[in-house]
Amino acid sequence: MSEEKLAVDMRGITKQFPGVLANNQVDFSVRQGEIHALVGENGAGKSTLMNILYGLIPPDSGEIHINGKPVHIGGPRDAIALGIGMVHQHFMLIPVFSVGENIMLGREPATGPDFYDHARARAAINELTKRYGLALNPDARMGDLPVGLQQRAEIVKVLYRGANILILDEPTGVLTPQETKELFVVLRDLVKSGKTIIFISHKLKEVLEISDRITVMRRGKVVGHLTTRQTNEEEIATLMVGREVLLRVDKKPAKPGAVVMQVENISASTDRGVPALKGVSFELRQGEILGIAGIEGNGQSEMMEVLAGTRPVTGGRVLLGSRDITTYDARTERDAGVAFIPEDRRGTGLVLSFSIAENSILGRERSPKFSWHEFVLRLVAIREWARRLVKEFDVRTPSIDVAARNLSGGNQQKVIVAREMGSKPKVLLAAQPTRGVDIGAIEFIHRRIVQERDEGTAVLLVSAELDEVRSLSDRIAVMYEGRIVSIEPPDAPEERLGLLMTGGGQAREGAA
Amino acid sequence: MSGLEDIFRLLFTANLWQATLAAAVLLLLPALGGVISERSGVVNIAMEGMMLTGAFFAVVADLAWHNAWLATGVAVLAGALMATIHAVVSIQFRADQIVSGIAINIFAAGLTVFLANRIYGLQDVGHVGPTEGLPNIDVGGLDQIPFFGKVLFQQNVVVYMALVLLVLVHVVLFRTRLGLRIRAVGEHPQAADTAGINVYLFRYSAVITSGLLSGLAGAFLAIGVSNTFVPNMTDGRGYIALAAMIFGKWTPLGAFIACLIFGLGQAIYDNNSVIHVSPYLLSMLPYILTLVVLAGLVGRSTPPAADGLPYVPGSE
Repeated sequence: MSEEKLAVDMRGITKQFPGVLANNQVDFSVRQGEIHALVGENGAGKSTLMNILYGLIPPDSGEIHINGKPVHIGGPRDAIALGIGMVHQHFMLIPVFSVGENIMLGREPATGPDFYDHARARAAINELTKRYGLALNPDARMGDLPVGLQQRAEIVKVLYRGANILILDEPTGVLTPQETKELFVVLRDLVKSGKTIIFISHKLKEVLEISDRITVMRRGKVVGHLTTRQTNEEEIATLMVGREVLLRVDKKPAKPGAVVMQVENISASTDRGVPALKGVSFELRQGEILGIAGIEGNGQSEMMEVLAGTRPVTGGRVLLGSRDITTYDARTERDAGVAFIPEDRRGTGLVLSFSIAENSILGRERSPKFSWHEFVLRLVAIREWARRLVKEFDVRTPSIDVAARNLSGGNQQKVIVAREMGSKPKVLLAAQPTRGVDIGAIEFIHRRIVQERDEGTAVLLVSAELDEVRSLSDRIAVMYEGRIVSIEPPDAPEERLGLLMTGGGQAREGAA
Repeated sequence: MSGLEDIFRLLFTANLWQATLAAAVLLLLPALGGVISERSGVVNIAMEGMMLTGAFFAVVADLAWHNAWLATGVAVLAGALMATIHAVVSIQFRADQIVSGIAINIFAAGLTVFLANRIYGLQDVGHVGPTEGLPNIDVGGLDQIPFFGKVLFQQNVVVYMALVLLVLVHVVLFRTRLGLRIRAVGEHPQAADTAGINVYLFRYSAVITSGLLSGLAGAFLAIGVSNTFVPNMTDGRGYIALAAMIFGKWTPLGAFIACLIFGLGQAIYDNNSVIHVSPYLLSMLPYILTLVVLAGLVGRSTPPAADGLPYVPGSE
């Protein structure tokens, strides 16, 4: 095999941020025409490295070669001129602009003095979408498009700027499994037409499926260069985390007890008044994990909010034991023994500007343990409590007085998990408990959820990650368009669940 | 009910509508500035202060050089200078833009009175020769059209300028490449930056432009309408312009409609001698209209997504 040419060659890149050495002598090279995965946990320095390559951050030292030539990249303009394009994790799209305006932005065709030329913009986009087989309507309003198409617009935007090297930062994080499949088809087509792709991810299955080679980073350093065909999930995970990681959840068979929560035919609407739940029924037993599988937006979020007391029902009822808790609000739900790990940890789960200690009693600040006559906080007891949780749940923080904002995503999530499990609930509602969290923290949270089950708590788990639902649950309920279409055993084949999640397949007995 | 009858009769006089348009323009200029500034993502409540500064320096320059055009130029620059302070504080130093705006308004009120005192002694302020005022222009022929001639074509030169600027700002914002980029910077500065657009340059230019327009409004007020400088003579017009901008959903044409409504209130008050209603009550009219409009009639109007958010390069 002859020496292949390098599209990107970064050597000895170092970048120091206040308090963090984000990149430490990083060497990173990508061959022309390959899909190269860059993996690592949050904070490993992947994004910093890519932002340096795209000119958003200047490196402290190191050199960059593009297609064999040494270059200086002073800003995105330089990167674009060198044929480097970036599809950001948080889309760089303007919802109120049209698809065409978004794609053209910064390089708009003009007529007359400076008038935006709609006709030429449309023609340019149609030409591109035809060449790469990426159907898009240039006149649609960006905000009206589903996420998958928005991402497609991002890719077209990058191609319009003449990119030959595409950086995709966590591109599948927001996609449904179907959209991910479509994205992979697009990526393979792009490589066929001569493009080079850098694929940043921490989803190892996807990395193994799509990439040719893999670079693994940990704590600002490159810890491994791998060839995809010669590696496996365990090896990558071990490199990423720096120790052996248990990817499979280790658990004993469940010993379900009495029914704790009974949900009968509940319905509810979204904030916009659109029906989201159309008659959902199930029962939840002591000592079991009931997993809800489904593509996001099929009513799971609304269901969890109803059960947590933050969304009113439009019909049906919820029983906790023999008590009707349908109309309970968040406070009375909590008092009745329902704990809730919300899906939006920064918006709903924590007050970011509060300290860990303060966050650790949110929702329980009235209990006699933490306050004197619901009036004066017992600070000593609170601090002691917070210290205990931090220790027990392995929250990595210098102190309990640190603001929640300054913790990593995984540690923020651990604070919430600790608080909710610490209340010794009868029912634990866990919505996307490991979203955007490091492998190490995922492993920990999974173990705690199983432990909670073994201690007799009834756990209701909602996750967009089918793998997570399958490995944790004792029973799996599949949701589609506001209904539970089937209840499946935990070893149900992935294909079958996938089919049910998209509205196909035959329900088993017992499904509502 | 004779008060209402008086107002009703007034509504059919060309004089009232002529005054309405003039009063509306006084609000339109700062409102246009506000639209440009906020479309680029910088909240601007400093129109009041920029306008007042413009008004004061228009009078100073006019008294010194006896040239209304030169004075207008000075006023425009003075407004721009105040805007530059707001730009540096809120763009470069990423300070709270509301606080910066309030500070500028208070600063302008103090500065103008202080300087008036130092230069003239307060008693002597208030004399700008009528010859140096900005001229009223009757458009030959058109001004003879019954009713509309008087309303539209017997106006101060600044009124015509403002109407041209209105169309210009609308076209630039919504039809040109430049406007697309201004709006992109105000909606999603990260997106604009990654597309190679200089966010800071656009924001600075937009804020300073709002100062130019507010300065022009100040000149119009001082040497076009009043021919004098009185402490705090802007009398909240910068804030009403702000309300007009919000009512108009951050569009030039929408803001103009709002300015006309507020201008009508002002014009009715100015005619209080022929209305049998307490002038004190009438003097509240523009402000009451502002409150009503902001509280109820607008409903939800959505500002540019990044309005008021400082841009930190490389952040997400």
